[in-house]
Parts: sequence; structure tokens; C-alpha cells
Amino acid sequence: PRVPAVLKKRLVKLVVNFLFYFRTDEAEPIGALLLEHCRITKEEENVFSISFIEEPERKYCFECATEEQCQEWVEALKRASYEFLRRSLIFYRNEIQKMTGKDPLEQYGISEEARFQLGAPRQ
Amino acid sequence: MKLNERSVAHYATCDSPADHAGFLRKRVERHHHHGTSYQRRWFVLKGNLLFYFEERESREPVGLVVLEGCTVELCEAAEEFAFAIRFDDAGARAYVLVADGQAAMEAWVKALSRASFDYMRLVVRELEKQLEEACKSLAACCKSPRRSFSSGRKRHLSNPALLPLQEKPTTLENGYSTWGSGGFVAGGATCTDHYGGQMKPPPLPPRRRSDAGSAMGSPAPGLSPAMLESPVSPETICFSKLHNWYGQEIAVLRREWQERQKRGHP
Repeated sequence: PRVPAVLKKRLVKLVVNFLFYFRTDEAEPIGALLLEHCRITKEEENVFSISFIEEPERKYCFECATEEQCQEWVEALKRASYEFLRRSLIFYRNEIQKMTGKDPLEQYGISEEARFQLGAPRQ
Repeated sequence: MKLNERSVAHYATCDSPADHAGFLRKRVERHHHHGTSYQRRWFVLKGNLLFYFEERESREPVGLVVLEGCTVELCEAAEEFAFAIRFDDAGARAYVLVADGQAAMEAWVKALSRASFDYMRLVVRELEKQLEEACKSLAACCKSPRRSFSSGRKRHLSNPALLPLQEKPTTLENGYSTWGSGGFVAGGATCTDHYGGQMKPPPLPPRRRSDAGSAMGSPAPGLSPAMLESPVSPETICFSKLHNWYGQEIAVLRREWQERQKRGHP
């Protein structure tokens, strides 16, 4: 068990697949976490953690003001990765194709791209 | 600014497939502009992240370009096959890159132009709406009343993109009754492993997968319910629309079953 670290108050901002953190009242972030290949875990009340696949025991812990806020963060962060979006796209594409017989990506001109294919290799 | 570099490097070098990769020459930006020089680097595009490495076999990237809020355009540089990544933020430096040839340049520009998270999100939202429309229009012509659904439909509900993110599959039944009524949320996969990159893809409805196997070798005396389970439930969707499609499959299955009956169950 790790010695609990000191909790520091930070302003946290989710932008695309990055979680930026700021010292309160500062405009420039002091750090960022890239949210790919990570696990978001609900810990005890008001707390969630982020850990990464190559170092699963290391947790970045965040304590929120309320449990509700905590749940919101967990939901948002679980969907924050680019890879999550990609899988959603492939899923929707497939569903629409099955229902309508048409490939919805054709209008975007990206229907042939390898990374949007149903059988695309998974991470 | 700190970054979880170890995780970033891991993501860059792990065997998850890259969206594009190749050698490019990168213009070196110097403060005192003594002519232009270029460095050859190995570039890897994964999602909205463009990594570059000193060598193809390098264990860590030497740089990362986050492809948000940028445009990719052909370059007026003296070099042939040059293109530039420029940011909306005028203060940010541009990246001038040179490909090996016309085809390589075009492939890179195409890949990079669509690499942003924002773009992806736009497309996903659009598809979400399209799916909702498609469901509604099929449901609208359905004449049979909606019925409550047995747990046998559970598998169909593992349609994670249509449900709020849930941890337990048991809530899928509840989610099913709201299907088609709007309020679609791009939920995460319902499986409990939430490693962003390690998650299994949203599971495909089982019909297509089990169909091929069971149609061939099933010794069951009747058609098992699983074989008739469809990705689009006949109870909610106008069955007549799908009749032909199902009808043919059922005809084939019946014929096979009848033949097996005649042969006395091999």
C-alpha cells in the first residue's frame, strides 16, 4: 500500500482526450494526462482514480466536491479516449448499414479508410 | 508542462495499429534563420496524435504533435512534396514536413486532415442521429404493439452506444424499453474492463456470428431461438420490411432441418 499522497487543489479540465490540470487562478496548465489505454475507477466516496495499462498500480487520484460530480467525471472520462470514439463510429456505421443497407460514411468520403473498417485490428 | 510521458510513450510504441506511418523530413525551426534544414524522422499517427521518432526502431518518440485546432495544407516551400500543419493559434509553431513522393504526400495530408478528435466526434454524433432516424422510421411503420421483452433479448441490448454507460448487464433490459425513444447517449462498452485501448469492441448482435455455425451443424430438432434472434427485433420493427431477408434464411434453415430429419439425425 502506498503512502497516501498529499491532495492538492487543482482545476481540472477535460479537452478531447487530455485531462489538463491547473493551479487555481492560473491560466497555464501545470500538467496533462493523455487518456488512452487507461482505466477509470470509482474509488471511495467522491473519489475516482485514473491508472494506465503499463503501470496499473500507479493511480492518479481525484477527489471531487460531491459524489454526483464524481460520477459525472467517471462517465465523461470513460468516454474520453479517441479509441472509444473510433469504436463507437464503427459500431454505428455497422448498425446503420444493416438497417438501411447504406454505408453512412460514403458521404464523408472516408468509407475506404482502414481505420474505420469493421474488421479493423483492435488495440 | 508535465505529461504522463511514460504512458504516452507506451501508447506511441505499443502494437496497437497506427492510422498511418512512414518517414518524413521535418523542417528544423531555428531562432536565427540560417537557411532551412530538414531532419528525417519516423512518423506514426495514432488517433489525433502524431508521434515522431529518431529511428523507426526507437523505443521512445522524440516529439508529439496534437492534431487539434489545426489545418493541413500543401506547402509553398522550395521542397517538393512538402506540406504543413498549421494551428489556429497563431503563436503556435507550424510543422513543415516533406514526403518521399506525390502519393506519400497525398496519403499523409488525407490522413492528418481527418485525424482530429473533434472531427471524429462530429462524425460519431452525426451517425448517432442517423441511427436514431433509421430506428424511428422503421418503428413508425410497425403495426404490432410494443411488447415487453424477455431476457432472451438481453444480448441485443449490448448495443452500448445506445445506452447510458452501465456497469451491469442487468440494466440492459430497462434500457431496451427506451430504445428508439430518443435520448441516445454514446455509452461505453458495458464490459467491465475499462482500459481505453484494451476494451473489446462493442459486441455485434449475435445473430450473424452464431448463424453460420448453427445452421451447419446443429443437431437440434428445431430452430433454436438464438438462430432467429435478429439484430433488429421484429417486434419493434415493422416485420414486413424484413420479411424477405428473414424469409429466405428461414426457408434455408427449414430445408436443412427437414433433410436432417429424413437422414435420421446424423
